[in-house]
Amino acid sequence: MIPTKEEWNLALEERHGKALSQTFASAAVAVCGLGGLGSNIAIALARAGIGKLILIDFDRVDMTNLHRQQYKADQIGMYKTRALAENLREIAPYISLELQTEQITQENAVTLLKDADVVCEAFDSAEAKAMLAEIVLTEMRGKYLVAASGMAGLYDANRIKTRKITGKFYLCGDEESDVSDGIGLVSSRVMLCAAHEAHAVLRILANHFEE
Amino acid sequence: MVKVNGEAKDIAGKSIAEYLATTSYDMRRIATELNGEIVPKAVYADTVLADGDSMEIVSFVGGG
Repeated sequence: MIPTKEEWNLALEERHGKALSQTFASAAVAVCGLGGLGSNIAIALARAGIGKLILIDFDRVDMTNLHRQQYKADQIGMYKTRALAENLREIAPYISLELQTEQITQENAVTLLKDADVVCEAFDSAEAKAMLAEIVLTEMRGKYLVAASGMAGLYDANRIKTRKITGKFYLCGDEESDVSDGIGLVSSRVMLCAAHEAHAVLRILANHFEE
Repeated sequence: MVKVNGEAKDIAGKSIAEYLATTSYDMRRIATELNGEIVPKAVYADTVLADGDSMEIVSFVGGG
């Protein structure tokens, strides 16, 4: 049986303390791209009790995604936004989800991301990553950006890091291993990078990056 | 001197665009931070680097 919302919130308060669980519950985080990074980031944030996730992806679940992305065999063909929403609601039934099944562009980014406190970049393409970084950090200056670069292959897990670029910009990954070199993406290393991104979001919200 | 990704370079007086033209960076894959702020690509040509500036060029690789 699914617990009531009150029971749910109380359980999170017991884990994180009242202040922090309220901080997380009142936060809105956008996840841009719902592949290996985004699907894992969303699950970590939903479990931590983030109140609202804005899930953005235009693509559908493909069989070739299942080796690293948090979808299931019977979800092949579904829009990733809908499939992930289904999976997240099984994990965190009271989470608020805004689904945007479209491609983020220079033209629509500001509108799509307007309600987010923190934006997670979780795209595949390096060009899209750079485009989003510029828009969020120059046109939406109140927001934080957590981005990822370099998580492909079977290289050392310990090379994945989180680096503060500016007070509003955190970059996760090894900054080197390109998906087009070698064997592509492997579930465990993508999850590591996704965990770095999700963790950076929680630390931003908890003010743990303040010096 | 201008610090670029932690390295001192004698490029004061050049614009960001002029400096980048001397490197192998792919313009479509980078974000440039100058003294703590990200600089929009549209103003790379008009942003002149000054002595003591600190710049970081973040070059994205694909995968996610």
